Amino acid sequence: MSDIAIRVDNVGKYYRINTQMDYYPTLRDTLVDMAKMPFRVIKYGLPTSHETIWALRNVSFEVKTGEVLGVIGRNGAGKSTLLKILSRVTEPSEGYAEIHGRVGSLLEVGTGFHPELSGRENIYLNGAILGMKRSEIQHKFDEIVDFSGVEKFIDTPVKRYSSGMYLRLAFAVAAHMEPEILVVDEVLAVGDAEFQRKCLGKMSDVANEGRTVLFVSHNMSAILRLTRETIVLDKGKMLMRSPSNEAVDYYLSSGLAMEGERRWQAEEIPAGAAPFQPIAMRIRNAQGQIAESVRSIEPLTVEVEYQLESAVNDLRVGVYLMNTHGEVIFTSFDTDDPIQYEQYSVRQAGHYVSRCTIPSDLLNEGRYMLGVNASIYRLKRFFQDEHALSFNVDATGAPGKQWLENRQGFIRPRLDWEILNA
Amino acid sequence: MAESVLTTKPKGEVVILRPSRGWISLNLKELWTFRELVYFMTWRDIKVRYKQTVLGAAWAILQPLINMIVLTFIFGNLAKLSTDNIPRPIFTFTALLPWGLFSKALTDAGRSMLTNRSMITKIYFPRLIIPLSSVLGGLLDFLIQFVILLMMMFYYHITPTQAVWTLPFFLLLSLITAFGLGLWLSALNVLYRDVGYVLPFLTQVWMLLTPVAYSAKTIPLKWQFLYAINPMVGVVEGFRWALLGAQPPSMTMLWISFFISVVLLISGLYYFRRMERTFADMI
Repeated sequence: MSDIAIRVDNVGKYYRINTQMDYYPTLRDTLVDMAKMPFRVIKYGLPTSHETIWALRNVSFEVKTGEVLGVIGRNGAGKSTLLKILSRVTEPSEGYAEIHGRVGSLLEVGTGFHPELSGRENIYLNGAILGMKRSEIQHKFDEIVDFSGVEKFIDTPVKRYSSGMYLRLAFAVAAHMEPEILVVDEVLAVGDAEFQRKCLGKMSDVANEGRTVLFVSHNMSAILRLTRETIVLDKGKMLMRSPSNEAVDYYLSSGLAMEGERRWQAEEIPAGAAPFQPIAMRIRNAQGQIAESVRSIEPLTVEVEYQLESAVNDLRVGVYLMNTHGEVIFTSFDTDDPIQYEQYSVRQAGHYVSRCTIPSDLLNEGRYMLGVNASIYRLKRFFQDEHALSFNVDATGAPGKQWLENRQGFIRPRLDWEILNA
Repeated sequence: MAESVLTTKPKGEVVILRPSRGWISLNLKELWTFRELVYFMTWRDIKVRYKQTVLGAAWAILQPLINMIVLTFIFGNLAKLSTDNIPRPIFTFTALLPWGLFSKALTDAGRSMLTNRSMITKIYFPRLIIPLSSVLGGLLDFLIQFVILLMMMFYYHITPTQAVWTLPFFLLLSLITAFGLGLWLSALNVLYRDVGYVLPFLTQVWMLLTPVAYSAKTIPLKWQFLYAINPMVGVVEGFRWALLGAQPPSMTMLWISFFISVVLLISGLYYFRRMERTFADMI
């Protein structure tokens, strides 16, 4: 059985959701409950005002040693829960799984980094947290520093690092722990392009060395490039496991909202999003109707509807536009304009719609995805859904349509051509 | 992606993941394999504490010194409690050393799960390491203070007694008590944030119940057995006996103290391990 790296058998995990959010039981409540209903307590245990939701249920699969398996699914599909179970952060509520070998997790790089400590000190600390021996860290120290590219600042406290440097150092440590099984979750969504290339390179190195990789991503092109097989999760269930191109196709065509509107269910919104509560995201055509398909020669409107439970300073709500491979075409926020930015430096509690217009003659024909992000720059990310909504652009009447060819590129601008007969 | 060639067999052991029920084994062997992490976490706590404060290590000396001055003044000049003919400042300082170690260890361990929550929700390692390294983090302060104590003893012309070899035992007793109770409090703190409010109160009352500023002989004989339930009584009395030549603590009382602290340790370990599986979800 030595060629099996991970075996997951009917694994499930439920969470108790308190009816009131962000509520910790106090000792007093427990004592009061016990005093009020002593018999009930003895008979049934402490009263539970909880609802349970299954974040993951009946998931079974095997990963062979050396295999790179992709995991895709929407926010709240159970991807993170699966990885947390496999990396032993949390226990499954039911089922059984076995892991052959050391698991290295790139779930959250930089875990345990302390801002007051220098880069050097953090390498040792973080390495130890990741399960490396001191001798192992010493042995790889130069390589780690080299990979991170922060050698000049290695004795500076990391609180003085830029976020990019911090991330590079953190990733460098995690990338050098040489686990038998590597679990990667979305690290590639951060950092500059060059760094991302480095990360992907490191990951394929790991895979080529015959080690096992579980790769969770929203980046479909990375999934297609790095994995041969992919599983699709939705609402805690495993929908399919198949060659990656089929899984990605299936995911893009069925997994996403098709109606031109995406509404978020309560269980899709992480608890950390408060006070930002996303409600819906919509595409409207030039006539103001909610539409799944729009024309490239007409402007279209994107709107994000949300509720603020309390006032937020410097909130920005924005959209990403991506192609179906997850490559970002542009990012735009509702307070990009300096005047808007001043005007909305504080956003009071209430119900909001942030709306923007994508001008006509901009997008080429094809399928696009919209993501949403609500954050305070460098301070807090309330909510992010990279695959909130997908829509079609129809290019009928667009420039160059007299030829039946497919035009390359994401944009299809109507340019002023002059033809000079000189 | 190229077909990967299998050259190495998995060398690590197989980890089985399944819901655990009831009482589970302590798995101290795993703690041993992670011993370097205990060292690094302790080292981090100490280093960060010294880096973040202006006075750094000087606090380790100032804190008990100021306490000593205050307690000497109040209990010597106002309450005039007996010190078994030992100069009051050194009588108090000798007690403040193990007491300071204990109360800091207890407080830090009790809060440790919450201060390290970001690690707990992201990565696996034996959670016992967190309260354990919090307890050990106070040892360096203790050593610094011990040097000051030796200097004071020199000043007062006090030579340690023959029983000085028993000091590590008393030190261990205070650490075990702090760790055992710290395990309980840190696990409870994940469930009930009240623990954070109880801790300062607890250490304050506990200090009054410990013969830091007075002699244990002040307590009437009929209460002595009850008094021995507090292991810190034996620890403080033991320190004064071994270093200053005060009356030795009674063996019966020490056995009671020892028994209590071992019960705290073992029950704490089991309770902590039992609660451990829900930490990442609850915290």
